[in-house]
Order: sequence, then C-alpha cells, then structure tokens
Amino acid sequence: MTYLVLDRLSKTFGEQIAVDQLSLTVGRGELVALLGPSGCGKTTTLQMIAGFQPPTSGSIALEGNDLTAVKPAQRGLGIVFQSYALFPHMTAAENVAFGLEMQGIARAERDRRVQQTLALVGLAALADRFPRRMSGGQQQRVALARALVIQPRILLLDEPLSNLDAKLREDMQIELRQIQRTVGTTTLLVTHDQSEAMALADRIVVMNQGRAEQIAPPHEAYERPATAFVANFLGRTNILQVRADADGVQIGDGRWPAATTAGPTTASIRPEKILFAPAAQRNAVSGVVKTRIFQGNHWLYQVDTPTGLMIVIRQNSGEAVPSEGDAVRLTWRSEDMMLKVAGEART
Amino acid sequence: MKRRNIASVSSATTADPARVVPYLLSLPAFLLFVGVVLVPIAMTVLLSFHDWGQYKGIQPVLILKNWREVASDGYFHEMFLRTFRVALLVTLLTAVLGGPEAYILSRMRPPWRGMFLLVVLGPLLISVVARTLGWALLFGGSSGVINKALINLGMISAPLPFMFTETGVVVALTHVLMPFMVLAVWAALQRLDPQVENAAASLGAGQATILRRIVLPQVLPGVLSGAIIVFSLAASAFATPAIIGGRRLKVAATLAYDEFLNTLNWPLGAAVATLLLLALVTIIVGCNRLLERRYAEVFR
Repeated sequence: MTYLVLDRLSKTFGEQIAVDQLSLTVGRGELVALLGPSGCGKTTTLQMIAGFQPPTSGSIALEGNDLTAVKPAQRGLGIVFQSYALFPHMTAAENVAFGLEMQGIARAERDRRVQQTLALVGLAALADRFPRRMSGGQQQRVALARALVIQPRILLLDEPLSNLDAKLREDMQIELRQIQRTVGTTTLLVTHDQSEAMALADRIVVMNQGRAEQIAPPHEAYERPATAFVANFLGRTNILQVRADADGVQIGDGRWPAATTAGPTTASIRPEKILFAPAAQRNAVSGVVKTRIFQGNHWLYQVDTPTGLMIVIRQNSGEAVPSEGDAVRLTWRSEDMMLKVAGEART
Repeated sequence: MKRRNIASVSSATTADPARVVPYLLSLPAFLLFVGVVLVPIAMTVLLSFHDWGQYKGIQPVLILKNWREVASDGYFHEMFLRTFRVALLVTLLTAVLGGPEAYILSRMRPPWRGMFLLVVLGPLLISVVARTLGWALLFGGSSGVINKALINLGMISAPLPFMFTETGVVVALTHVLMPFMVLAVWAALQRLDPQVENAAASLGAGQATILRRIVLPQVLPGVLSGAIIVFSLAASAFATPAIIGGRRLKVAATLAYDEFLNTLNWPLGAAVATLLLLALVTIIVGCNRLLERRYAEVFR
C-alpha cells in the first residue's frame, strides 16, 4: 500500500526553514497534490524528491528503498517542469525519445513507444514539430509525454498548468486526470491553485510555511478544514466571532443549537451554504444586502449583519433575487457551521 | 469643438512634414556614416584602379594593373593564405578554449561569477598594443622573461621561437580576441532554461551526455556568432601581427600598411585592402546566411 514515504523531511537555506518536518505517505497509483501559497515549501519538497536538492534532514523512501543518496538520473522519476524545460533543438518526437535513448532501448521499440505516448497526449500529428512552433498547451503535452514515456516510478508535476490560460487550463485538468487514471502512475502535483488541486488530486496536502497543515481528500479538507489557514486557503469562508452557551450559539437575532462549551468562539460557514430564509424562520440572522455582484452562474452578495459582513453565494437559478439595500434573513444548517476552527491552537 | 480638434491633430500627423521628420532626424547620423565610411571606402576602391610609378607618382587613370599583380604574384597569395590560416586557427582556438570558459563562468556562484567575468573581460579595457607587447616581453628572443628563466634553469638551450613566427601571432591574437568569444557564448548560455539540464538528468542522462546532447547544440549558434566576430577581427587585425610578426611575417593588414607608408604605392595597398574587405564580407555574409537557415526552425 505505501509506495512513497517522506519521513520528517526538512530543508533549511541558511536561517530560513523551507520545509519543516514534512511526513507523507503516498499509495501506489495515487495522485497527491501539494497545495500552498508561494514560498510554502512545496516546490522545495518536489526538488528533494527529484534529487535536485539534498534534504537537510529526514528521508525519502520509494518501495522501501532509501532514495536520498540516489542520483537524479538513477531515480527513474518523470518530471514535468513549470517552464516545461523542453529541448528546443529537438522535435517533439526526439524530446520524447530522449529518455528511452538514455535507457538504451532499441530504435524500433523506441519509435513504437514514442508514437504511442504522443497519441496518448493527443499529439500524434505534431511529432516532427519543434517546441518553439507549438502553443503552450501543446508544449505542455510534449513535456507530459516525455515524462510518461519512460514509465516513471513516480510522476512529479511542478505547477504544470500555471502557464496556460484559464479555459485551456480547465480542459487540461480533465485530460491530465484521465491520462493519470489510464496510465496509473503514482503522481505528485505541486500547485498554488486550489481548484486545480481539488479537481485532480485523490488527496491534498495543504502546506504553509514549510509544514503540512492538513493531509486529506479534497472534499474532506474543504468541508472539515483542520485549521483556519486551510479554511481560508480552500475557497472562501465566513468566520464570525460568536458567543456560545450551554446548548447553542447566538448569532445576531438567530439561534443555532450546537454541542459546545460556553464562552466566546468562532463559527465558520461557507458562503454557498447560506440561504435566504423566510421572515418567520427562527435560526436566521437579519441583515441588509450591501452589494450584489453578478458572476454568470452565480450571484455574490455581501450582507451587513450584526456580527459583521457576510459573503453569500447563490446559484443563478432564475428565481427572484434580493437587490442592494433589501432587508434579508440568512440561514444555514447547524451541521454546515464549524465552531471554533482550530487555528488558535497552533502557535 | 472637441471633435474638430482631434480631426485636425490626426490630419497633421499624416501630413507630409510628419513623414519627413524621421528622415530629418536621422540625417546627421546618415551624413556622418556617408562621410566617414562610405566615401573613404569608395575612394579606396577607386584608388585601387589608379596607376603608380616610382617617379611619376599616382596617375588618376582606370587600369587593372594592381589587381592583375595581386592575382598573379605568389607573394600576395602567400600573404592572404597566411591571413586566413591565422584567422581560422585563432577562431578555432577561441572556440575550444572560450566555450568551456563561458560555461564554467555561468555555473559559478554569484560573488565569484561577477569577479571572474571581470577577469575575462577586463583585458578589453587595456590597449591591444599593451597586451601584445606583454607577449613580446615574455617571449621576445633571449631577453624575454620566460625564455630567460627557462634557459637559466637549463630546460632549453635556445630561446623558444615565438617572435616573428606564425605560432606567436596565433597565440597572441587568441589571447587578445578571447573576450569576444566568451561574451558571445555567455549570451547564448544566459538564454538557456536552467531546468533543461535538470530535465535531461531526470531522464537518465549523465553530465557528459547533458553537455554534448543538450547544452552544446543550444549554445552552438552563440559559438558560431562569436566565431564570425573573432574571425573578422583576426583577419583584419593590425597591431598584434605588426608587433609579433613584424616585417618578416606579414598578413594582409600589415601588407596594405607597408604598401601605403613604406613603398608609397597607394594604389597597390588599396587593392590589397579592398580584396581583404571583399573576402571578409563574403565569408561573414555566407556564414550568417548559413546560421540563420540552419537554426531558424529551432530558435525563432
């Protein structure tokens, strides 16, 4: 089950701690995303796995064998770089063939596998084209094919889609996922784009300042963020300062039953979980719509409530919507409200 | 009101004076170029067709005497052959030594890289004559520092032949022109994506393979453009061949100089100078064309 194991991996550059005691277990065939803002240590982690940076302490083991002392050329990993790092003086096919050539694979076999891999990424027709003559998306596919053709033990993707425009990125996300499923290669994805991580990964590692804040499947990390950082980094969230008593919390003029200890606490509610309630409903907060922004498939509201400004996202379902200045009542289910997101607990 | 203003402004920019302005602005530079480059070259070419005699001086006629002499006399063949042999050797040496030098420089860490780049390029700040005289001081006959030391140490009995030899000229010119090659290769290396070498390593390539298959092909255009610069400078070099080669070992540039100032046969000197210019332009344009055709697909 365990395939790649990072054990208390650390990297310091002088005084600065880039990666701090990161432990992670990746199963065979799994796609794990390292997600975090720039400077959180995710790329350094990838570089250590690839062997371009020696770890300061800790170990990396693949199938039970320690990788730390193995040279990058002997690790047998496929890497897709952020800049693609294609060989500009070789055609797409020559780029893809390079790794096989290094393995000393005979010409006929090599050509067959290059053809097959280029077809897999949808570039069979462009085999003889030079990288400079290709679009960003096509170059990206060549880079992917070049990494996959050597049948790597692990595929490392370093911000693979960040240089593509928004529409193409979405298409490539779906395609990348399908290719990874087809080939079944264990994959580690580094990204700062939370939607990319959530779309592609089986599990995500949310990193902040060199530490893993949470390691969980995307849905779980989104719904049950372990820390305030995770809650804020994965999508938007409303964080309210509230007072709890023995059997619930009072927010403005609304009341929610909850099992909690009495005292001040914070409540976090995702904006898309909030509904507009009829006037009679008890567990609802009164407020006034301050701004309303149309975003195509949804409406984004900022509602002024006694506990502060709340963000509400509603589907554009065609129903009548409140206008700016309208008095509204906001409600949500108790189970959609997380009380006291851990975050104060961490130093 | 506003609309009319805009209309009048836009019509003013498309009117005749606006089109003339760029030409007027570049006129001073154009006149300077004509005055100090084109006219002297045209006059030199014209001069090469004039007649000359010991007692009659320069006769402003149009004859092919000088050109016939340059084409038929083995003395001139030897000069030109030597000029291009020296230039070619210097070009090869700067490429073989300067290429690796630039690569090592580009791989150095920041404080050292700047310092050594200065060491490589620093000699450009010193006059070519001074740098060449340095070689003469080191190897000049039995009084040269190195020759003297080696003779006193008993390692050689006669001074190493350096002055007035082709080897000496090649060595000194290589030293003088090395910075141009290093700069050209350096510029090509700066364009290299640093991740490309990592990518090759991750695909199983060793360091030697990476250099040969990945780095060298991408740097080759830089080496070739450096070679064009070095070749043209070496073939037209004057100071270094004049000091190291002297009168005994002439190249095209020193030959033209001698015809002009010693023999006073200006028309013959002009023919030599014109031929050198034509040969260089042909070689450089040809190489450039080749370079562009070969690498257009890859690098444009």
